[in-house]
Amino acid sequence: MSGAEDATTRTPPAADAATPRPRWQVILVRPETVTFLFLIVATIGASWLSPFFADVRYILESFTFYFEFAIVALILTMVIISGEIDLSAASMMALSASLFGVAYQAGLGIPGAMAVSLLSGVLMGAFNGFLVINMKLPSIIVTIGTLTLFRGLAQVIAGDKSIGKFPAWFIGIDYRFVFDVPIPVIVFLIVSLILGIFLGTSAIGRQIYQIGTSPIAARHAGIRVNRIKYGLFIAMGLVSSIAGLLAASRLASVRYDLATGGELQMVLIVMLGGTYIFGGRGTILGTFLAAWLLVVIATGMTVANIPINAQLTVLGLLLIVSIIATNAIHVRTQR
Amino acid sequence: MFRKSLVFGLALGVSMASGAAAFAQESLSIVFVGKNTGNPYFDSLVQGFEDACDVLGCEFEFVAPATAEATSQIPFITAQIQRRVDVIAISPNSPDALNQVLDRARQRGILVLSVNGDITGSEEFRDAAILPTDFEKVGSDQVEMLGSLINYEGEIAILSATTEAPDQNKWIVGMNEALENNPKYAKMTLVATVYGDDQPEKSTTEAEALLSTYPNLRGIISPTTVGIAASAQVVQSANKADQVKVTGLGTPNQMRPFIKDGTVEAFQLWSPYNEGWLASYFAVGLKAGTIVNEVGATFEVPNLGTITINELNSINTQAGLTTFNADNIDDFNF
Amino acid sequence: MNRITGVIGALLRRRAAGIAVMLLIFSLVVGLIQPRFLTPDTLRIVMLAIPLIMVAAMGQMMVLVSRHVDLSMGSMLGFTAIVAGMVFRDFPDVPWWVGFIVAISTGAVLGLFNGLVVTIFKLPSIIVTLGTLSLFRGVLFLISDARQVDPQFIPSALIQMSQTSPVFGIPGIVLIAFGVAFLTYLFLDHTRLGRQIYAIGSNPAAAPLRGIRVVPVTLLVFTLSGALSGLAGIMYASRFGYVNPSITGVGFEFTVIAAVVIGGASINGGVGTVLGTVLGVILLGTVSVALPILAVSAFWQDAIFGAVIVIALLIDRSVRERGARSVVAGHRP
Repeated sequence: MSGAEDATTRTPPAADAATPRPRWQVILVRPETVTFLFLIVATIGASWLSPFFADVRYILESFTFYFEFAIVALILTMVIISGEIDLSAASMMALSASLFGVAYQAGLGIPGAMAVSLLSGVLMGAFNGFLVINMKLPSIIVTIGTLTLFRGLAQVIAGDKSIGKFPAWFIGIDYRFVFDVPIPVIVFLIVSLILGIFLGTSAIGRQIYQIGTSPIAARHAGIRVNRIKYGLFIAMGLVSSIAGLLAASRLASVRYDLATGGELQMVLIVMLGGTYIFGGRGTILGTFLAAWLLVVIATGMTVANIPINAQLTVLGLLLIVSIIATNAIHVRTQR
Repeated sequence: MFRKSLVFGLALGVSMASGAAAFAQESLSIVFVGKNTGNPYFDSLVQGFEDACDVLGCEFEFVAPATAEATSQIPFITAQIQRRVDVIAISPNSPDALNQVLDRARQRGILVLSVNGDITGSEEFRDAAILPTDFEKVGSDQVEMLGSLINYEGEIAILSATTEAPDQNKWIVGMNEALENNPKYAKMTLVATVYGDDQPEKSTTEAEALLSTYPNLRGIISPTTVGIAASAQVVQSANKADQVKVTGLGTPNQMRPFIKDGTVEAFQLWSPYNEGWLASYFAVGLKAGTIVNEVGATFEVPNLGTITINELNSINTQAGLTTFNADNIDDFNF
Repeated sequence: MNRITGVIGALLRRRAAGIAVMLLIFSLVVGLIQPRFLTPDTLRIVMLAIPLIMVAAMGQMMVLVSRHVDLSMGSMLGFTAIVAGMVFRDFPDVPWWVGFIVAISTGAVLGLFNGLVVTIFKLPSIIVTLGTLSLFRGVLFLISDARQVDPQFIPSALIQMSQTSPVFGIPGIVLIAFGVAFLTYLFLDHTRLGRQIYAIGSNPAAAPLRGIRVVPVTLLVFTLSGALSGLAGIMYASRFGYVNPSITGVGFEFTVIAAVVIGGASINGGVGTVLGTVLGVILLGTVSVALPILAVSAFWQDAIFGAVIVIALLIDRSVRERGARSVVAGHRP
């Protein structure tokens, strides 16, 4: 909420930015490159920590535990590039999944229940968008409020019981394979590819960057800022409900506490991927790599039986260090 | 850029696959996956595992997620499968969310034991359950305990964990049946059953609301460690220890001060230590072929005597609850 | 300028009055449904339910006024409570008040850490404190070895503070809570430093031009937030009689933010009063006590708190629109 002003005041003078840099340096100091290097280091480190880690099947299987957060993080990347944030996604997952469970129990059938869940995602996203865009409230605090609200509603709707007994064809998406690769991994690859191309090459993609860099200039340039931001918030809601459904399939059951604290991991993935917290910069590629980085780090520590105490500490430190690092890189390489 | 790194990533992955080597293990390896870390109840249970493995020569490790959320144990179980352990003992956080992953563990020949709680309704996804006592009798034992403290007369209330907590709900059903059917408890009236969600804040507020709403309340049964401590604290603060008797299920360390100052006269529990002890003997015996995992089969465990495998392959470590009071509480440290 | 602040002041006073009216109506409605609610007993329960939230809310309010936010409060509360508990456990001879010193100073260090990361690297406080929320919890697990501090180690004098005191038998933690609120009022309204916090929050860019050193003041605000979380931590040990590393303080920050936002502190900085915050805390405390008395499931509590945050934000916005639009600049460039 704060500090946005500070960031702009820190921007180096234009003359500095105009100095041409050698190409290798431009590539090397890109945040995604740093993420990629981290990924290699983490993979080597994890293999060293435990002899059981370096097994592609196992890593791919472990990816399915973080897959739901990773796919939400892709859209969150675009939201953050546009200068907003959404911390309510994990709660939207829980509420839409709880609605799915309750609707299925009420006899709606899987397709009907899925429709209810997806619709609820769109509505929740639109509600966030309404508060941020129409009511002109800061997204950061709005989504803290809706984080509590959506999770609370999930608790009211589903109680604290586990809703399950879904038909066999619906459950276990993480254990279906195409060429030995779990389906969620393939879905993540394809969605990353599509979103990467969309954000990198389409007109709307460029406009998202412009909005994040300067909403006022974007408006003057005729970009329909509100419409695009609305679209992003609704996309957040939709992808969260999809993630909720995927979690329901993976776990064969839903409960209100699904993905509790997931917002931290989603933000962590986006930050690790080098997206600039103040908006305007970041890539899908970075987020894609960061998702794997998180999986390697978390899985590596778990399979080495490192106590969760140390894991929490590492993740918290990682978030702070990654923001500091990307912030430093972005301030240095002001285009 | 994107495609290039993708290819590189795949190449890296393939080269790593060959690095996975099978590790031959000499002794039996047992892992216990707890509900969550920082739960003092499990310290004693883990000690039971460790001591038994010292005797039996098995390897034991304890892991637990940060929160008791339904899905949090899944990565830990998968990691243990990857580590090729022989036995996974688990205190499940969910009755059904773990089914898929437990199934995978058993497909790879891992023995899965549900310890201290069962996956009720999904029993086919574990090999056996080791439960502290006969859960059917906990409810009536607790009513008897409170009755003896209040001369079997007056208004009583229950402060439980969450509304859907399976074990607690089973016990509450037992309490209600005892109160309705046993003439001994005819003068005891259950005025409220409330839920503190196993959170100190909510449990405390609920207990305070009980005292305020029912001025004639004579007793509270709280069959959960957080709830009984909160109830005791509230009764102690309100200076109503003479009027309102608190009992339930708690750990000696948690309840010691209340027993010492007389706020609580007696409460009950079982031995978590023995669960770990028994689970280790059972696992080692099964793997060695000296124990058969069949309903009705029996086996010997040092210090515990003859143990019978009950219906649904569930095993109890002790027949009834242990009562703790001022006379014996200092004999226990857990 | 005076006229404008006058208008805002009037609105804020109305805000406090508004909360007071809401509190009254709410209590009456609950009292109609369940007459036992309107007894001195309930007042006692409410008063015991709010002290932790109250002291932390004073810290959070100052953070919000300075146009920041602190999401790490719950972890700081847990951290300080466990450190104090461990001191009591490992050094059984230390007197009860040492716990206060340990908890408050530990909290101050944690808060200072938040402040340093925010100011040195010029990062948004929300992301930094989201990170330290996890980091502090992780470190607290490490130092405590994930072991609970059992009730037998908490000094009885400390427990007593949640039960009574020499002052009319009002529990000590209640006195502390209102004392902290009063001191916060004196600090914010009657010291230059206090006014500077408002100035920074209203317009961070202009503050240096008016001779305000933004960085030290921001550091102070975060340090105070940590210290007050530490005070709440030792009060937790007093009220609940034990400290568990995985339960203590989890989710606490959302309750505190809800209370402060209801109390009228603006998320856009520069606006917030002690009176409003106190009333916001009491309103939340009353709601949480009324639910069990009405036999409403505790499940509703989180949904209600969440709704309350959103509604308070909307009220905040309409106040801002009707008030002086020019005073509160947009939060983003």
